Amino acid sequence: MVAVTVPSDDIVQVLREDGSAVSHLEPKLSSQDHQKLLRTMMLARATDTKAMNLQRSGRIGFYVPSYGQEACQVGSASALKPGDWVAPAYREPGAALFRGAPVKALLAQCYGNMADAQKGRQMPSHFGSSAVNLITPSSPVGTQIVYATGVAWAMKIRKDPKVALVYFGDGATSEGDFHVGLNFGGVFRVPCIYFCNNNGWAISVPRDRQTASKTIAVKAVAYGIEGARCDGNDILAVIRVTREAESRARGGAGPTLIEAMTYRMGPHSSSDDPTRYRPAGELEAWKRKDPIERYRQFLEKSGIVPAAKAKDLEQEVTKEVEDAVIEIEAEAPVPPELLFEDVYAELPYHLRLQRDSLLGERKAGSIVEYEQAEGKFPL
Amino acid sequence: MAVLTILQAVNDALRTEMRLNEKIVVLGEDVGRLGGVFRATDGLQKEFGEERVVDTPLSEAGIIGSAIGMALYGLRPVPEIQFQDFIYPAFDQIVNELAKFRYRSGGQYPCPVTIRTPYGGGIRGGHYHSQSGETHFAHTPGLKVVIPSTPYDTKGLLIASMRDPDPVMFMEPKRIYRSAKGEVPEGAYTVPIGKASVPREGTDVSVFAYGSMIPVCLEAAKHAESKGTSVEVVDLRSLVPLDIKAVLASAEKTGRAVVVYEAPRTCGYGAEISALIAEHAMLSMKAPIVRVTGFDTPFPYALEDLYMPNPDRVYRAIEQVMSY
Amino acid sequence: MPEEIRYIQVVDEEGRVDTKLEPKMKKERVMQLYTTLIRLRTLEARMMTLQRAGRIGFYGGSVGQEATATGSAAALQPQDWVFPQYREPGAALIKGISMETLLYQFMSTAKDIGKGRQMPVHYGDRAVNFVTISSVVASQIPHGVGAAWAMRMRKANAVAMVYYGDGATSTADFHAGMNFAAVFRAPCIMWCNNNQFAISVPREKQTASKTLAQKAIAYGMEGLQVDGQDMISVYAAAKYAADKARKGDGPTMVESITYRVGPHSSSDDPSRYRPDSEVELWRKKDTLERMRHYLRHKKWYDEDEDAKLHKLADEEVSAAIAAAERAGPPSWETMLEDVYAEMPQHLQMQHDDLAAYLKWKEARA
Repeated sequence: MVAVTVPSDDIVQVLREDGSAVSHLEPKLSSQDHQKLLRTMMLARATDTKAMNLQRSGRIGFYVPSYGQEACQVGSASALKPGDWVAPAYREPGAALFRGAPVKALLAQCYGNMADAQKGRQMPSHFGSSAVNLITPSSPVGTQIVYATGVAWAMKIRKDPKVALVYFGDGATSEGDFHVGLNFGGVFRVPCIYFCNNNGWAISVPRDRQTASKTIAVKAVAYGIEGARCDGNDILAVIRVTREAESRARGGAGPTLIEAMTYRMGPHSSSDDPTRYRPAGELEAWKRKDPIERYRQFLEKSGIVPAAKAKDLEQEVTKEVEDAVIEIEAEAPVPPELLFEDVYAELPYHLRLQRDSLLGERKAGSIVEYEQAEGKFPL
Repeated sequence: MAVLTILQAVNDALRTEMRLNEKIVVLGEDVGRLGGVFRATDGLQKEFGEERVVDTPLSEAGIIGSAIGMALYGLRPVPEIQFQDFIYPAFDQIVNELAKFRYRSGGQYPCPVTIRTPYGGGIRGGHYHSQSGETHFAHTPGLKVVIPSTPYDTKGLLIASMRDPDPVMFMEPKRIYRSAKGEVPEGAYTVPIGKASVPREGTDVSVFAYGSMIPVCLEAAKHAESKGTSVEVVDLRSLVPLDIKAVLASAEKTGRAVVVYEAPRTCGYGAEISALIAEHAMLSMKAPIVRVTGFDTPFPYALEDLYMPNPDRVYRAIEQVMSY
Repeated sequence: MPEEIRYIQVVDEEGRVDTKLEPKMKKERVMQLYTTLIRLRTLEARMMTLQRAGRIGFYGGSVGQEATATGSAAALQPQDWVFPQYREPGAALIKGISMETLLYQFMSTAKDIGKGRQMPVHYGDRAVNFVTISSVVASQIPHGVGAAWAMRMRKANAVAMVYYGDGATSTADFHAGMNFAAVFRAPCIMWCNNNQFAISVPREKQTASKTLAQKAIAYGMEGLQVDGQDMISVYAAAKYAADKARKGDGPTMVESITYRVGPHSSSDDPSRYRPDSEVELWRKKDTLERMRHYLRHKKWYDEDEDAKLHKLADEEVSAAIAAAERAGPPSWETMLEDVYAEMPQHLQMQHDDLAAYLKWKEARA
């Protein structure tokens, strides 16, 4: 017999569902901290709500909402320092907002016009910003896990006292890049936090069909790294567990796999209809565990943020989002020349030929204007 | 001046540049302690240490993905994929991440990674140690693809790749790893990426090729010369970005083109050369553009010599275009 | 939270037999294993010699780790499928692949089932359900899982034995295969030949987990370890996993602990990355010696019989080599066949062009 250490199945919880706290587990936070956390969660929710409306009314083409997962994003992001790096999947606007990315920048990426620093190149919900050390994501699931490992590895090589945090979902744990990233992370003991937003669904595939392991955190045993579980709808638990992982990483003790138990209250994306595959009553049950509501109750009960103040914050963030949209919509669309930039550092000859050819054609008016395709993006 | 093989030139380039740029990290399978299965990284771990020359777990996706992350953070990783045939687990990272990072981020996240990998047949390697997959990468905007054929070009192009702000697929013609020998200056120098070379000038026929096919074409050209035909050989050196002007200039000069590549025929890189000449120099051509290529089969072991373009087949193509 | 990984060892290095773990094996079965071991050793020693003499182009052997593939394959039934990596010739022999078949492939002859298309040790034989090898590490893992899944869907009374090494456990294909096997309860045996090296990279640098078997926990699968130097232990572990799969109780990961005494291949020089003293340590755990211990324990060992077996093996290998050297190379047409079920137009054009070239070449000669 060989004894091996396996991560605990215990789910760390600090805020009970009724809003009361297990006080000895509460992470150290000032009133300002609490307020910022609540406001950012509300801002994330307001952004999602507005963006889904924009999509329904045809003002943006697509959107990935993260209703119900605000505590995971905002709580974990709050455990980091500005110099740390974050690699999102595509469902973490709350993390971007907490790090200081303006709502305008996030939504501008959805519009893809001149307000977008990424110049309209990617579909909505693919926001990144080097200004807040948030790496621009792609659509393939899980690829960010490996390059985030590389970033953390580089931090170690440079002896920088920084950490990297990478987000991914329960579905991503089946991808090769999860395996590969965590294995390299373990072998090279990199300062990385592997944060799994286990929201129960990979589009229509439920968690228990994704993998036969008892939990996701237990997968850490395969890589010789630490694993931990927390109630992902409890922002204080998320903060507590992420801080532990962060100090472990920054202290040189290597990476942690965190499994945050949460729920994807909305659809996979604006193209998805979850009523086709989710059991009746499941959503209602999780609505009662809404992370923003739970935290708001706790803050009201403990006097940190009275009800009136919370209402103010809600109105504030709604206005912030509205103002951002107005500014973005005033910007011009991206001109065709920008199609050819940033493929390489310098425009190579063959691209110059292609660009001139395209612009020449447009000038001569000989290009047929194709109509927008009828079909919606299916995912 | 020292006379080196291509393999020695690779080693020299890495050593030279690693001394100048402490951000360079070499990583891959067996590259450290063993010095690489071809000894390309021999002695590097001893000089630069285990942190800069790393033996990784067996995972191409991990090697390339980690390298991407290192590059994002400001290092200059030079990962090795042991044989190009084994790059496919990393294909997603290369095509969807490495090639697209700069573009998708609006320039915020450049990804200067140089991927070194030996490619091509001629070492009795069969299906999985002989593939020429350069077209997969040439077909992926955002990547540069560089293939040297001489030791001098190898060192200069590899150093240039390690200094390039864009991701580079540096594909090494392993068939001539040890047989190609030439003078290589000491110290750092670069050969520009995006520029072809003309190792043999001529007036009757232009032969376009790269990598291991260059010595094959030079031999065919010599034979053609003895039969009275003057053959120009153009070594592309960079597939992306391609030296289009040099290609067209040569085609227009001679009016006859033979395009040689050992990869499978359909959609091989040389098809692009044929199309470019047809598009831009058609009226200068005196004969159809002929390709000499590998076959559309997996790379065979026993029949390897039949599969790979040899001087005879190239010469036959020269005869064909001269017959018009 | 501690969890325990079972370790199976029936015959230890001193020859003591754990009768609780000892599998029920008839004498014929044990002698089959012993004979195969001798045949395998003889074959591999001759192949290394042939390679050095240039009579075959390449060889990658299993010296030092013969038991792990031989003993495990012996626990299978004829209808079971084997998905090899490329270092399991013992399994090939147990399945019934003849020495001739192997030598035809090693020497790339016209009689090779694969028609000389792949380099040596990349053989396969559908007749005995031994799937053709590729060089790619771990790619066979999802294949084996898929086949087992199909076996389950078709209610076939068959299982799949999937072989791979320690290095393979770092790959995405391992991850995908293991996860699918467990989710779909595929009747397969995920058999890891941990020979401590992936070319020059030692086991400790491959992964930070203490054992390889514990990776099974990450998939909700049972994982266990076995002494890969002991043929009887290997058989016992494989029998357990095969029976379990056949019953419908799903896949098992077995980490067989062994050592690659030889080089990665004829192109490798292990003196560059490991000390001889380490190799000597493992030579002392030799499989043949261990089997002799067991045979003596059972009172089945006979020195004369042993010598006879060695002689027979020599003759068998020599005959196979001679047959292969007589067989001649494959014809040029075979290069363009079997790419597709039927030859498409573009390949027909290439065929015709090649035929014309060969005629042209002949005319010049």
